[in-house]
Amino acid sequence: MADKTLTRMDLAEAVHAEVGLSRNDSSDLVEAVLTHLSDALVRGETVKISSFGTFSVRDKAARVGRNPKTGEEVPIHPRRVLTFRPSHLMKDRVAAGNKG
Amino acid sequence: MIRSELIQKIADENPHLYQRDVEKIVNTIFDQITDAMAQGDRVELRGFGAFSVKKRDSRQGRNPRTGESVAVDEKHVPFFKTGKLLRDRLNGQ
Repeated sequence: MADKTLTRMDLAEAVHAEVGLSRNDSSDLVEAVLTHLSDALVRGETVKISSFGTFSVRDKAARVGRNPKTGEEVPIHPRRVLTFRPSHLMKDRVAAGNKG
Repeated sequence: MIRSELIQKIADENPHLYQRDVEKIVNTIFDQITDAMAQGDRVELRGFGAFSVKKRDSRQGRNPRTGESVAVDEKHVPFFKTGKLLRDRLNGQ
């Protein structure tokens, strides 16, 4: 398995290569996409990107946790967490690409 | 929000771009992420989150209808971990 890490820069480079915008504009657009995704999620919206996957925000109730080191009980406050559910297409492609 | 609404928002903010180019830009971004994971690579988007591939070991599964046991092969699945900034923003910090 390859162990490269892609970053914003690689995405901007791909936009630059694909659409021919300047590298600066390309990286601004990558940022704009991430900002819109984040803002929608912070508003509590579900973000559904067909053939990619679904980001949804879930409310977690308060519970009593435990510090595993000291055994001490600590309250865990209610919080909102983000979950990503990959589409079937993505699951299939990731499974096929990493086979063997 | 769905893909087409995201494209519309970006198009509204960039009146100098053709709609079809905005579509291409948004599609390129998501395609790149999927392609990277299909090659076993990680995609790290600071502040937003990181996409990676997790390996699930082969195991002995069971057909829930018949109770029959079946071998499930090792497989790789996409995984997303929320970034710190977004996690904090979701909780109003």
